Amino acid sequence: MLSLYTGPLDVPTILKEWYEEEHKSNYGAYIPFVGTVRSEDEIDGLSFDVYEPILESWFSSWQEKAKAKGAKIKMAHSKGDVMLHESSYIAAVFSPKRRVALEFINEFVEDFKASAPIWKYDLRDGQRIYAKDRSTAISGSGLLA
Amino acid sequence: MVRVEFLGPIQKEALELDISNLNELAKILQGDAEVSDWLESCAVALNDTLVTSLEAPLKDGDKISLLPPVCGG
Repeated sequence: MLSLYTGPLDVPTILKEWYEEEHKSNYGAYIPFVGTVRSEDEIDGLSFDVYEPILESWFSSWQEKAKAKGAKIKMAHSKGDVMLHESSYIAAVFSPKRRVALEFINEFVEDFKASAPIWKYDLRDGQRIYAKDRSTAISGSGLLA
Repeated sequence: MVRVEFLGPIQKEALELDISNLNELAKILQGDAEVSDWLESCAVALNDTLVTSLEAPLKDGDKISLLPPVCGG
Protein backbone atom coordinates (compact mmCIF):
# COMPACT_ATOMS: atom_id res chain seq x y z
CA MET A 1 0.00 0.00 0.00
CA LEU A 2 1.32 3.40 -1.05
CA SER A 3 -0.23 6.50 0.55
CA LEU A 4 0.61 10.11 -0.29
CA TYR A 5 -0.39 13.01 1.95
CA THR A 6 -0.22 16.75 1.49
CA GLY A 7 1.89 18.10 4.36
CA PRO A 8 3.31 16.16 7.32
CA LEU A 9 2.36 12.59 8.18
CA ASP A 10 0.22 11.79 11.20
CA VAL A 11 2.69 9.14 12.39
CA PRO A 12 0.80 7.64 15.37
CA THR A 13 -2.39 7.29 13.32
CA ILE A 14 -0.68 5.69 10.31
CA LEU A 15 1.33 3.23 12.42
CA LYS A 16 -1.81 2.31 14.33
CA GLU A 17 -3.85 1.85 11.14
CA TRP A 18 -1.20 -0.40 9.64
CA TYR A 19 -0.96 -2.42 12.84
CA GLU A 20 -4.71 -2.88 12.93
CA GLU A 21 -4.82 -3.86 9.25
CA GLU A 22 -2.23 -6.61 9.65
CA HIS A 23 -2.00 -7.87 13.20
CA LYS A 24 -4.33 -10.76 12.42
CA SER A 25 -2.57 -11.58 9.12
CA ASN A 26 -0.15 -13.97 10.86
CA TYR A 27 2.93 -11.83 10.29
CA GLY A 28 5.33 -12.32 13.17
CA ALA A 29 7.21 -9.07 12.51
CA TYR A 30 6.13 -5.45 11.82
CA ILE A 31 9.19 -3.25 11.26
CA PRO A 32 8.50 0.43 10.54
CA PHE A 33 10.97 3.13 9.57
CA VAL A 34 9.91 6.71 10.30
CA GLY A 35 11.80 9.63 8.75
CA THR A 36 11.62 12.86 10.74
CA VAL A 37 12.92 16.27 9.62
CA ARG A 38 15.95 17.24 11.68
CA SER A 39 17.23 20.70 12.49
CA GLU A 40 20.42 21.19 10.48
CA ASP A 41 21.94 23.86 8.23
CA GLU A 42 19.44 26.40 9.58
CA ILE A 43 16.52 24.98 7.58
CA ASP A 44 12.93 25.67 8.60
CA GLY A 45 11.74 22.44 7.04
CA LEU A 46 11.71 20.40 3.84
CA SER A 47 9.41 20.33 0.84
CA PHE A 48 8.74 17.54 -1.65
CA ASP A 49 7.61 17.09 -5.24
CA VAL A 50 6.36 13.60 -6.12
CA TYR A 51 5.81 12.13 -9.59
CA GLU A 52 3.08 9.65 -8.84
CA PRO A 53 2.85 7.46 -12.00
CA ILE A 54 6.46 6.24 -11.76
CA LEU A 55 6.41 6.13 -7.96
CA GLU A 56 3.44 3.77 -8.16
CA SER A 57 5.11 1.43 -10.65
CA TRP A 58 8.35 1.47 -8.64
CA PHE A 59 6.42 0.63 -5.48
CA SER A 60 4.49 -2.17 -7.24
CA SER A 61 7.75 -3.82 -8.25
CA TRP A 62 8.84 -3.82 -4.59
CA GLN A 63 5.47 -5.15 -3.49
CA GLU A 64 6.08 -8.10 -5.84
CA LYS A 65 9.54 -8.69 -4.37
CA ALA A 66 8.04 -8.63 -0.89
CA LYS A 67 5.30 -11.04 -1.89
CA ALA A 68 7.92 -13.50 -3.16
CA LYS A 69 9.33 -13.57 0.39
CA GLY A 70 5.93 -13.91 2.01
CA ALA A 71 6.15 -10.27 3.16
CA LYS A 72 4.23 -7.05 2.58
CA ILE A 73 5.39 -3.42 2.32
CA LYS A 74 3.49 -0.28 3.19
CA MET A 75 4.73 3.22 2.54
CA ALA A 76 3.49 6.75 3.24
CA HIS A 77 5.12 9.95 1.97
CA SER A 78 4.43 13.65 2.09
CA LYS A 79 3.92 16.10 -0.75
CA GLY A 80 4.58 19.79 -0.13
CA ASP A 81 5.99 21.26 3.05
CA VAL A 82 7.05 19.39 6.19
CA MET A 83 8.51 21.44 9.01
CA LEU A 84 11.18 20.62 11.62
CA HIS A 85 10.43 17.61 13.81
CA GLU A 86 7.52 16.58 11.64
CA SER A 87 7.67 13.39 9.55
CA SER A 88 7.61 13.00 5.78
CA TYR A 89 8.21 9.28 5.31
CA ILE A 90 7.13 5.98 6.78
CA ALA A 91 7.98 2.60 5.34
CA ALA A 92 7.11 -0.68 7.01
CA VAL A 93 7.63 -4.34 6.27
CA PHE A 94 5.43 -7.11 7.58
CA SER A 95 6.83 -10.62 7.34
CA PRO A 96 6.44 -14.01 8.97
CA LYS A 97 9.91 -13.74 10.54
CA ARG A 98 12.01 -10.88 11.86
CA ARG A 99 15.18 -11.42 9.80
CA VAL A 100 13.44 -11.13 6.43
CA ALA A 101 11.73 -7.91 7.51
CA LEU A 102 14.94 -6.34 8.85
CA GLU A 103 16.87 -7.12 5.67
CA PHE A 104 14.02 -6.11 3.43
CA ILE A 105 13.37 -2.73 5.02
CA ASN A 106 17.04 -1.87 4.54
CA GLU A 107 17.08 -2.86 0.86
CA PHE A 108 13.80 -1.10 0.26
CA VAL A 109 14.80 2.21 1.85
CA GLU A 110 18.16 2.19 0.05
CA ASP A 111 16.47 1.76 -3.32
CA PHE A 112 13.82 4.30 -2.35
CA LYS A 113 16.56 6.89 -1.83
CA ALA A 114 18.21 6.06 -5.17
CA SER A 115 15.20 5.51 -7.41
CA ALA A 116 11.87 6.84 -6.14
CA PRO A 117 10.83 9.91 -8.21
CA ILE A 118 10.66 12.38 -5.33
CA TRP A 119 12.49 15.71 -5.18
CA LYS A 120 13.51 17.38 -1.93
CA TYR A 121 13.86 21.08 -1.26
CA ASP A 122 15.18 22.92 1.80
CA LEU A 123 12.90 25.60 3.21
CA ARG A 124 15.07 28.48 4.34
CA ASP A 125 14.22 32.16 4.77
CA GLY A 126 11.00 31.75 2.82
CA GLN A 127 12.73 30.12 -0.13
CA ARG A 128 12.39 26.60 -1.54
CA ILE A 129 15.88 25.41 -2.55
CA TYR A 130 16.46 22.11 -4.41
CA ALA A 131 18.64 19.78 -2.30
CA LYS A 132 20.90 19.08 -5.24
CA ASP A 133 23.94 17.94 -3.24
CA ARG A 134 21.90 15.33 -1.36
CA SER A 135 20.16 13.98 -4.45
CA THR A 136 21.06 10.89 -6.47
CA ALA A 137 20.84 10.52 -10.24
CA ILE A 138 18.53 7.62 -11.14
CA SER A 139 20.32 4.63 -12.68
CA GLY A 140 20.63 5.13 -16.44
CA SER A 141 20.69 8.93 -16.26
CA GLY A 142 22.51 10.89 -18.95
CA LEU A 143 20.83 9.21 -21.91
CA LEU A 144 20.13 12.55 -23.62
CA ALA A 145 23.48 14.20 -22.80
CA MET B 1 3.26 15.35 -31.58
CA VAL B 2 5.19 14.17 -28.56
CA ARG B 3 4.91 15.89 -25.18
CA VAL B 4 8.11 16.42 -23.16
CA GLU B 5 7.74 17.17 -19.45
CA PHE B 6 10.44 18.39 -17.07
CA LEU B 7 9.93 17.10 -13.53
CA GLY B 8 10.91 18.31 -10.07
CA PRO B 9 13.31 21.24 -9.90
CA ILE B 10 13.77 21.78 -13.65
CA GLN B 11 12.09 25.12 -14.23
CA LYS B 12 10.81 24.60 -17.73
CA GLU B 13 7.38 24.40 -19.31
CA ALA B 14 6.45 21.21 -21.17
CA LEU B 15 7.26 21.08 -24.90
CA GLU B 16 5.20 19.69 -27.78
CA LEU B 17 7.58 18.39 -30.42
CA ASP B 18 7.27 16.69 -33.80
CA ILE B 19 10.00 14.04 -33.38
CA SER B 20 10.22 10.33 -34.15
CA ASN B 21 12.93 9.12 -31.77
CA LEU B 22 14.93 10.12 -28.69
CA ASN B 23 18.04 10.95 -30.73
CA GLU B 24 16.14 13.89 -32.18
CA LEU B 25 15.06 14.95 -28.71
CA ALA B 26 18.65 14.74 -27.44
CA LYS B 27 19.81 17.11 -30.21
CA ILE B 28 17.04 19.60 -29.47
CA LEU B 29 17.63 19.64 -25.72
CA GLN B 30 21.42 19.80 -26.02
CA GLY B 31 20.89 23.10 -27.81
CA ASP B 32 18.47 24.45 -25.21
CA ALA B 33 20.31 26.56 -22.63
CA GLU B 34 17.47 26.20 -20.08
CA VAL B 35 17.86 22.45 -19.85
CA SER B 36 21.21 21.36 -21.33
CA ASP B 37 23.03 21.40 -17.98
CA TRP B 38 20.48 18.96 -16.56
CA LEU B 39 20.84 16.30 -19.25
CA GLU B 40 23.87 14.51 -17.74
CA SER B 41 22.00 13.83 -14.50
CA CYS B 42 18.51 13.16 -15.85
CA ALA B 43 16.80 9.82 -16.36
CA VAL B 44 14.25 9.56 -19.16
CA ALA B 45 10.82 7.93 -19.11
CA LEU B 46 8.63 7.13 -22.10
CA ASN B 47 4.94 6.92 -21.12
CA ASP B 48 5.99 6.60 -17.46
CA THR B 49 8.45 3.74 -17.99
CA LEU B 50 12.18 4.45 -17.68
CA VAL B 51 14.12 3.89 -20.90
CA THR B 52 17.78 3.02 -21.46
CA SER B 53 18.08 3.35 -25.25
CA LEU B 54 17.80 6.29 -27.60
CA GLU B 55 16.47 4.03 -30.33
CA ALA B 56 12.96 3.65 -28.92
CA PRO B 57 10.54 4.80 -31.66
CA LEU B 58 8.09 7.55 -30.74
CA LYS B 59 4.50 7.87 -31.90
CA ASP B 60 1.90 10.59 -31.82
CA GLY B 61 0.63 11.20 -28.27
CA ASP B 62 3.68 9.76 -26.48
CA LYS B 63 4.80 11.41 -23.24
CA ILE B 64 8.47 11.77 -22.36
CA SER B 65 9.52 12.79 -18.86
CA LEU B 66 12.92 14.00 -17.69
CA LEU B 67 13.69 13.01 -14.10
CA PRO B 68 16.52 14.91 -12.37
CA PRO B 69 18.37 13.47 -9.31
CA VAL B 70 16.02 12.31 -6.57
CA CYS B 71 15.99 12.44 -2.78
CA GLY B 72 12.89 11.10 -1.07
CA GLY B 73 12.41 10.57 2.61
